[in-house]
This record gives sequence, structure tokens and C-alpha cells, in this order.
Amino acid sequence: MAGDATKTISKETLWGGGQSPFSVSYGKMMMWYFLVSDALTFGGLLTAYGFVRHGAEVPWPVGEQAFEALPFLHGHFPLVYVALMTFILIVSSVTMVLAVEAGHRNNKKGVVKWLGLTIIGGFFFVGSQAWEWSHFIHGSGGAFQLATAVTVTDAEGGVHTLNAGDRVFMDAEFGHLMEEYVEGNPDIILDGTTINSVGAHAHEATLDYLTLNKYVIGRTAIEGAEMAKLWNARSDQFVFGANLQVSEYAEHQDYAGFFFFITGFHGFHVFSGVVINIIVFTMVVRGVFERRGHYEMVEKIGLYWHFVDLVWVFVFTFFYLV
Amino acid sequence: MERDDLIVNDSYSLNAHHSEEAGVKIRKKIIFVTVLLTAITVFEVFLGVYIKRNSDFWTLTKWVFIILTLLKAGYIVMSFMHLGEERKNLRNVILIPYFIFIGYLIFIALTEGTAHLDMFESVH
Repeated sequence: MAGDATKTISKETLWGGGQSPFSVSYGKMMMWYFLVSDALTFGGLLTAYGFVRHGAEVPWPVGEQAFEALPFLHGHFPLVYVALMTFILIVSSVTMVLAVEAGHRNNKKGVVKWLGLTIIGGFFFVGSQAWEWSHFIHGSGGAFQLATAVTVTDAEGGVHTLNAGDRVFMDAEFGHLMEEYVEGNPDIILDGTTINSVGAHAHEATLDYLTLNKYVIGRTAIEGAEMAKLWNARSDQFVFGANLQVSEYAEHQDYAGFFFFITGFHGFHVFSGVVINIIVFTMVVRGVFERRGHYEMVEKIGLYWHFVDLVWVFVFTFFYLV
Repeated sequence: MERDDLIVNDSYSLNAHHSEEAGVKIRKKIIFVTVLLTAITVFEVFLGVYIKRNSDFWTLTKWVFIILTLLKAGYIVMSFMHLGEERKNLRNVILIPYFIFIGYLIFIALTEGTAHLDMFESVH
């Protein structure tokens, strides 16, 4: 809220020195300047992503197919989790703007309530991002590369010709045991298309289907004898989940790299925002701003918090949707 | 130097107090913006799920995403961050340099990226 900014003041008085031509305090103006520079940083990151993506020679993963998991649930929920994260951040932005509004009425109880809820929302978001990172790193089943060229037919009769080196994707249950097998865990026994985990946590999984083009256009499941053809043509090259060297999502490593950097940098902003909010929250509780006569500090950290929400709106569109 | 955030009743933004009645009106607007932002996000997800990338409408959908994103961003900046209520000088100082820089950056990066792909395809 602007206060003096709504008053009409002649140009001569505004720019004649002795007062802020913008009718804002030093702190608030500097917060805006910081946000402009930070927005350029994020703008640069997203533009770099666009640069690499426009120049990529291999298919780029589709957001709806790469991000379709929900915690505790099986099945496909394209982008639902990311939309939920967006919603959490929007709600925490709303509670922040309500805290600022309460501050303008010098209502300490209101500020405590809404700023407190904002902090909780921030923790929820950081927690959600931790789960998403964990899921992205672990992957959903992994893939193997073919040792030889194979031609398979899917259930609808479509014919797919694959070359040596092409990736074929396993389902999550089988793939996770396979990952341990590849790592050389002696308790995992592979027998044809059945994999067994012996010992204390005995567990068995059967390969029911293999997926082609799991993260790009044209995802197809291959079952039965055709699936066995693919499975038997596998090489010893496997990839599970994502790290800084390889990822199952794309042959282009920059996809995972940008995921880690952009969402990580944003998550770090959210985390520092939560810390700053907690500091100001304790100042509000101790009555610092009540004695000062105004709650402009809440407004300033509010600007930062809304900025974090703003960045996420763009990340959501350009990393996940488009 | 005197800290200007400690001066009370000066002519800056610090006297931005409003009454209880004005508060009710402001809160109504906040709720409106919240519902709008949520509705746009839900709509975007539906669009993303139901319109596939090989569809004829995908290019149009992409532009719809970008326009809706700018709409959301506008509401966040102008309403939640109160930039719409600040003096025009401040608004211009923040927005104009940003759009010049980022507009140029987007133009040059996407042009270079596309050129890289064209070059790759002409070699292979």
C-alpha cells in the first residue's frame, strides 16, 4: 500500500530534492531493486533453459510424462503434484498479503496470525520440493539400452524399430529391484523376467511390460513375447533416476541439470524466505513494530515472498507446462 | 545518518495506514485475486493434460500458457506486491529496464538456440 504515493504532488516538489520522488522509504526501494536484479537472474536461467531446449538434437522430455507421481499413490497423475505445490505457494502468498494488510491497520494479532500461517505454508512448499527432488533422483523404474536393433509390435499392431543404444523403460516395482541387482546386491536373483529379493525383506517382481518413449511423445507399452524380445536384447547399460552425470528422463543431460539448478535455486530462495519470515515474526511478537508505529518491515519481506511466488509461476509454465 | 524506516509520520510510504472499513474492501480484492490465480492454474493443468504435444492446437496452447502466465504475474506484481498503487515513476523504473533486458535476452537466446539446431541438422 502506497500511502503518500496516492497523493498528487507537483513535479517540482517531487524532484526538487529533500524527499523521495518515488514516495517510498529507502528500504522498500532497495528491496525492489534487489528483486529486479534477482528477477534478471531467474530470467537468465529460464532463458538459458530455452536456449538449450531450442537447440537440443534429441527429444526433450514432456512435463506431463516426467512429473506424474503423487506420494503414497500409484498411477499417473500428470502435473497434479506440481499444481499442488503452486497452490501451496499461492495460498502462502495470500496469507502474506493479509499479514501486510493487518499491519496497515496496526493489528499485531492479525500480523502474528497471518505471518505464522505464511511460515507454515513455506515449510510445506520446501517439504514438497524435497519429495519431488527425491522422486526425481530415484526415478520411476529406470531404463536399459539395447545391445542390438529390435523390431517389436505393440498391442494395437503398431510396429516400432529400435536401434542399438536406444532406451527401453522398466516399471517402478521391477526397476527398483533391478537397480539393486545391477549394483551387485547378492540378495537379488534375476531369473528370466522374474526378479527376487531374498533375505529379511523377501520380495518378488515380474516384468509385465516395457515402455518405449516413456518421457516423450509416443509412449507405448510392449507386453508378452514382444516384450521378451526387447528384454533379451538388453545391454549391460542401465540408467536409474537422475544425477549430475546421467538421467533416465532424457539423453540430454541438461534437462536434469536445469531441473536441479532452477528448482534448487528457487527452493533456496523459499528456504531463505522462511528464515527471514521467522526472524520478522519474532520481531512482531516482541512488539518491535508496534513501538515503531508501522509494520513496513512486514511489507518489505512480503515483497520478497511474493517474488518467490512470482518466480514459481514462471518455472511452472516454462519448465513443466510448455 | 537517520534511518528513514524509524521516522514516524514522514512523507514516505510509512504512513500507509488504512481504516477497518478500507481493510474489508482490500481483503475482498485479495480473495478475488486468490480465486483467480488458483482457477488459472487448474485450467493450465487441464489444458496441459488434455492437449497433447502432437495436436494441431499445441502451438496455440503454448501461447495460451504464456499469456495466462503473464496475466498471473501481472496480478501478483500489481495487486499482491502493490506495485499498481505505487507512484508511476517507481513503477516505470522497475518495469521498463527489466522488460528491455529480458526481452532482448529471450530474443537472442532463442534465435541462437534455433540456429544451433539448424546447424546440427545441416551437418548430420
